[in-house]
Amino acid sequence: MTTDKNKMLRLILLALTMLAVLFASGCSTTPKQTVDLGPPLYTLDEVAGGSTVYPIDVYDPIEGFNRRAYTFNYYFDKFLFLPIVNTYEFIMPDYAEDRVSSFVDNVYEFNNFTNNLLQLKFKQTGITLARFVVNTTVGVVGLWDPATHWGMERQTEDFGQTLGHYGVGPGPYIVLPIFGPSSLRDTTGLVTDAVAFTHLGPPAWIDDDTTTLVFTGVAAVDKRHRQSFRYYRSGSPFEYDMVRMLYKAKREMEIAK
Amino acid sequence: MLKKFNRLLGACVCLLMLSGSLASAYDYPFADPYVATILGTPKEYAYDLPKEVPLKYDTIKMFPDRKVPGILWNLDELRYSYLKQKGPAPLIFLIAGTGASFQSAKMQVMQKAFYQAGFNVVSISSPTHPNFIVAASTSGVPGHLKDDSSDLYQVMQSIWEKLQKKMEVTEFFLTGYSLGASESAFIAKLDEADKVFNFRKVLLINPPVSLYNSVNVLDKMLVDNIPGGLDNFNAFYRQLIKNLTDVYVNGDQVEFDDQFLYQAYKYRKPKSDDNLAALIGVSFRISSQNMVFASDVLTKAGYVVPKGVDLRRHDRPTEYLKVLGRLSFVDYFKGLFLPYYQAQNPNLTEADLVTMTSLKFIDDYIRTSPKFGLITNEDDLILLPGEIDYLRDLFGSRAQIFPRGGHCGNMDYPDNVTAMVDFFQASKN
Repeated sequence: MTTDKNKMLRLILLALTMLAVLFASGCSTTPKQTVDLGPPLYTLDEVAGGSTVYPIDVYDPIEGFNRRAYTFNYYFDKFLFLPIVNTYEFIMPDYAEDRVSSFVDNVYEFNNFTNNLLQLKFKQTGITLARFVVNTTVGVVGLWDPATHWGMERQTEDFGQTLGHYGVGPGPYIVLPIFGPSSLRDTTGLVTDAVAFTHLGPPAWIDDDTTTLVFTGVAAVDKRHRQSFRYYRSGSPFEYDMVRMLYKAKREMEIAK
Repeated sequence: MLKKFNRLLGACVCLLMLSGSLASAYDYPFADPYVATILGTPKEYAYDLPKEVPLKYDTIKMFPDRKVPGILWNLDELRYSYLKQKGPAPLIFLIAGTGASFQSAKMQVMQKAFYQAGFNVVSISSPTHPNFIVAASTSGVPGHLKDDSSDLYQVMQSIWEKLQKKMEVTEFFLTGYSLGASESAFIAKLDEADKVFNFRKVLLINPPVSLYNSVNVLDKMLVDNIPGGLDNFNAFYRQLIKNLTDVYVNGDQVEFDDQFLYQAYKYRKPKSDDNLAALIGVSFRISSQNMVFASDVLTKAGYVVPKGVDLRRHDRPTEYLKVLGRLSFVDYFKGLFLPYYQAQNPNLTEADLVTMTSLKFIDDYIRTSPKFGLITNEDDLILLPGEIDYLRDLFGSRAQIFPRGGHCGNMDYPDNVTAMVDFFQASKN
């Protein structure tokens, strides 16, 4: 047990060191010019109108930090997170994995409930409440999801969406270490949801630190297991730019719903 | 009694005839080749392939001494995947289409289908994919079918060297889709001389006849269909997001998954092909941007990145992305590709290079070799008028041409999966 703990500590230390090294390597994003050999064959001024607006441009004042956080996440995934997820997938039968997912989703219905309510979406709030009751009882503490089969679809909302619903813009783009693409608004939402969940939601009802800790760990692994995104898998040298553009669009769509 | 029996018999015969005619009809759901190309085959119509297969990933370093520029840091080793059968089985190499990696959606369909049918499978990215350019392209300037195929052939040999201890292989097969199909033909020709694999059979799925013609078609789809031209691309993009948001907000149980576009299509059937063509054009332009940038940076060609600029790992390439968004394949051909090959051989003309991008360049070989097969579609969008007739003539009885499917849209439709697998299965020992 102690050796496991030591191993874990060492891994965390390794992760933190990597993060520090990445960021210490400077935050400038201006390319280095070695020798001047004149302009390239094509420049933007030649090929495009001056007033052109580009969807690929997203407000990103801390891009130097963000690009490094993106790389950090790649390494974090590769050396820590994904090996854990892979082990989990190896040990667990698919059927059991799905039960865990249902269970985790059911516990987090708390955030869907509060945020639907905050957006005054009463029908969705009612559905969420009914889902929680049905799945917790008929669905055996949420291991199954009979509510969806009965036509009560999951009504996902988070506090970032609630802020967006009331007209708060995304603000600067942020790549959060470990959590990934976000924005100032959505990071605020993430923190608010987590605080509300801890102090008012299921962890407060249970009031047992060990249970909460285990649940948080399981939920993190389950969520990564369900997320097929892999850093740098596209092989595109512009992956960071593309992900940033798509993240913005995806959030716009989620907020509109 | 007899009368009753006769009636029953008659009914049976009718049913049999009906089912027979049903079986022979081709029921791929989309008659519009643009819709087919974008949506492919929705789950409910697709061949039922296993959800998971025991896929293994590995990497290979083709040029250990190559110095890879910082911004391409994560591309220096060629990634590929393979599937291994338990006992002795044939090995089939799969080559991805333009800009696609070894794990593109279409490659996954092929992997699963062949694995399920009992083949060992190795999947390789297209020589136009940035990873291949950086890790495995000798020239670093993709588009030359013969040279790219020679690189692929080297990669296949290196992978085989690693795998031969693990696999019991009885014989070798080769296939690819789109550009990967053309390359398969060129690889087969190389193999006739070098005889490393002695491919028993080679299948071409939706190949272009001429790469040069086909990429022009795809470039035009973008340029001709953005209202107001590319300076107004943002308006087109905003409209697209708006339409998709509409579907997401008002559609029935719509999720962001692989069926999202199909849901969108069902919700709001497009009135014309303009936007669909533009979307195909956008997708192709994104592949081109990736390809040309990797090539430009690796070979320091000074095409959009100034020659003296050294792009490091976390530098911002966004401005170059914008420039490349405005440049066509012909621009690349004239501004980077041609100069590279002319530097090797000053007598080479543009027309020479265009000829070399065509299947016609090895017409004699394909026409006479019995190992080839072709699966393609009557309405493949990347073919110019007349090119489908050329393919029909070139492959004769070895061609299987489906009436619909656009460009590779029907690859996971049951008839197509069966045709693809049967082609190799028929000759399996």
